[in-house]
Amino acid sequence: MRIALFITCVNDLMFPETGKAVVRLLRRLGHDVDFPAEQTCCGQMHANTGYRAEAVPLAKRFAGVFDPYDAIVSPSGSCAAMVRDSFPGLAPGDGRVASVSARTYELSELLVDVLGVTDTGAYFPHKVTYHPTCHGLRMLGLGDKPLSLLANVRGIELADLPAPDECCGFGGTFAVKNAEVSTAMLTDKCRNALSTDAEILAAADNSCLTHIGGGLSRMRAGMRVMHYAEILAAREHDRGPSAGHTGEGVLR
Amino acid sequence: MTIPHGSGNLVGLPFPTAAKPRVRDIGLRANLRRATGTIRAKRAAVVEEVERTGDWEPLREAGRAIKAWTMRNLPELLERFETAATEAGAVVHWARDADEANRIVGDLIRARNQREIVKVKSMATQEIGLNEALAAQGIEATETDLAELIVQLAGDEPSHILVPAIHKNRSEIRELFAARMPGTDASLTDEPAALAEAARRHLRAKFLSAKVAVSGANFAVAETGTLVVVESEGNGRMCLTLPETLISVVGVEKILPRFADLEVFLQLLPRSSTGERMNPYTSMWTGATDGDGPSDVHIVLIDNGRSATLADEVGRQALHCIRCSACLNVCPVYERTGGHAYGSVYPGPIGAILSPQLTGVAANKSLPYASSLCGACYEVCPVKINIPEVLVHLRQEAPKNAAEKSAMATMGWVMRSRRRYEAGLRAARMGSSPWRGKGSLSRLPWPMSGWTSSRDLPVPPRESFRDWWKREAAEGTGANGEGE
Repeated sequence: MRIALFITCVNDLMFPETGKAVVRLLRRLGHDVDFPAEQTCCGQMHANTGYRAEAVPLAKRFAGVFDPYDAIVSPSGSCAAMVRDSFPGLAPGDGRVASVSARTYELSELLVDVLGVTDTGAYFPHKVTYHPTCHGLRMLGLGDKPLSLLANVRGIELADLPAPDECCGFGGTFAVKNAEVSTAMLTDKCRNALSTDAEILAAADNSCLTHIGGGLSRMRAGMRVMHYAEILAAREHDRGPSAGHTGEGVLR
Repeated sequence: MTIPHGSGNLVGLPFPTAAKPRVRDIGLRANLRRATGTIRAKRAAVVEEVERTGDWEPLREAGRAIKAWTMRNLPELLERFETAATEAGAVVHWARDADEANRIVGDLIRARNQREIVKVKSMATQEIGLNEALAAQGIEATETDLAELIVQLAGDEPSHILVPAIHKNRSEIRELFAARMPGTDASLTDEPAALAEAARRHLRAKFLSAKVAVSGANFAVAETGTLVVVESEGNGRMCLTLPETLISVVGVEKILPRFADLEVFLQLLPRSSTGERMNPYTSMWTGATDGDGPSDVHIVLIDNGRSATLADEVGRQALHCIRCSACLNVCPVYERTGGHAYGSVYPGPIGAILSPQLTGVAANKSLPYASSLCGACYEVCPVKINIPEVLVHLRQEAPKNAAEKSAMATMGWVMRSRRRYEAGLRAARMGSSPWRGKGSLSRLPWPMSGWTSSRDLPVPPRESFRDWWKREAAEGTGANGEGE
């Protein structure tokens, strides 16, 4: 099976460690993964902010770049949801867009549904709480796939996040256009996260994690955020969560 | 031909401006947290009962399908309703907008020489601002729904579709009754039963003397000309049965094709709204019946922007709404701002898609953005209105500011080419390199100041993912880096 990594523009620039983790993980599980360098952005921000006309060529472009592959995997719930949920409506009647859209998976979908993986062989001796991000939860219907993979990580201690299905308040440009309300939502998400006494909050989307992590960092809360792919890729000889995963001190 | 938009209580200040003081109102936040939390839990419990038997999703789908079919056949169904209701002895009036509806209702009341009327809780009459319009004609309308009465006594606006006084707690209500409700004993406590009893005594006199009642309707059955009102208190039933004249103001989208369709909606509505298996009072009337209830029955069918909404193939699903409020109660935005921030009698997620369509998006352009698109509303909607889809759809139509427009166009242009995209990545990394040592930024200029008002922002690392991929491939380490 030819698997292509759709890194997403945000991860490409800001969170390369997440992409590296996906590559390491898939190779370790015996799968080849390619990175088509022509890829750019899926157009989610354009489409969701009211600039649909800008998103349409990006959807068509995406389909051209990824068409040669059997499966496209993305470490972002909302970008995967954009491709799978919104692309067909952006380019109605475009068979290639529809076909590529249907072959696009969020990481846990590829692992659990397509590759039949239950245990990634990871080792991560830390207390972690998991936040199921809105688009992963409601648009993709990830259910407990990411958590079931995390549950099989050796050394991990998972703590249930209270009110897990409540939005963190990110919502793309919502966080800027409605900063007051967004902050009020973020405060409750952080309060719930801190109540678990976990060291790390993990999720399937670095955009949401940038938001939650930005709040925790501002509060000097002593809790950090991490993409769950980096946990699934972690091995025994890795040096703790602060090394190798932060990429030059990127605080999230 | 452009179809006219609606008027009435549908537009307020821009949402971010109106939300700010509400988010900072600690008492309001506490009231909303408690109330929405309670209703959410009640709804979840009674919906779960039906989910367990596998019936909830088929019910929702039936509700959606009936409403979708109704909207496609609305003109014919409305005429059928008019014929059936007229044959049963009602008089049907048509109103293009709020002013026309208010004029029709006012004229009917004045023609009967009445100065005081009683009202059944109704969103349609709140939408058109009927009470204010009647007051201008010297007619005093008394709200008889307990929560609407509270809002009316306070000179306030409703902030929730089902629980209009959700923003007030019981001690605030006690104060209000003591100060504003005639005949209230100073020893009144804030026990819910005592408050309800005080309101009951106040309202009883109104029920017994009123000659005219005004209501809305939850459903209007085209097949039979029947109107339906569901409620909890029985005060609606008093208004619907005691006075001689009954005037019902009904949005044209309230039509159901057949009487049997009520089977679906009378299961969906109470579980989604009050969290009950069945609501305590369901009143139905078909025209006028000799010796039984009002003998002078009028129905005012209002458009007020509904035809314009119907013309939008994506947005028209907002007209499927049965006003249950489930979307308000699960919405993380509503829970933190309350209903007044939306500036419309229709608050919350449904209000964010309904109000701008009734008024035209240009007149109400901040509401489609009053959502993080988390999708909780769609998940609970009993008729499966895809609220996030409509929000995104309406954002396309909303007027944009020039700076945002040009930023988005530039971003789109960059993303359409690998060369430009890679140059953009390089520029972002170089531009932020002076701050790389800090790890994160805590203060940025507008528009990103909205972000850094409460959140730090990480600085991009030195090497992008694609540069790492290229480097690893060139070094022949198999782009792996794990050393296994």
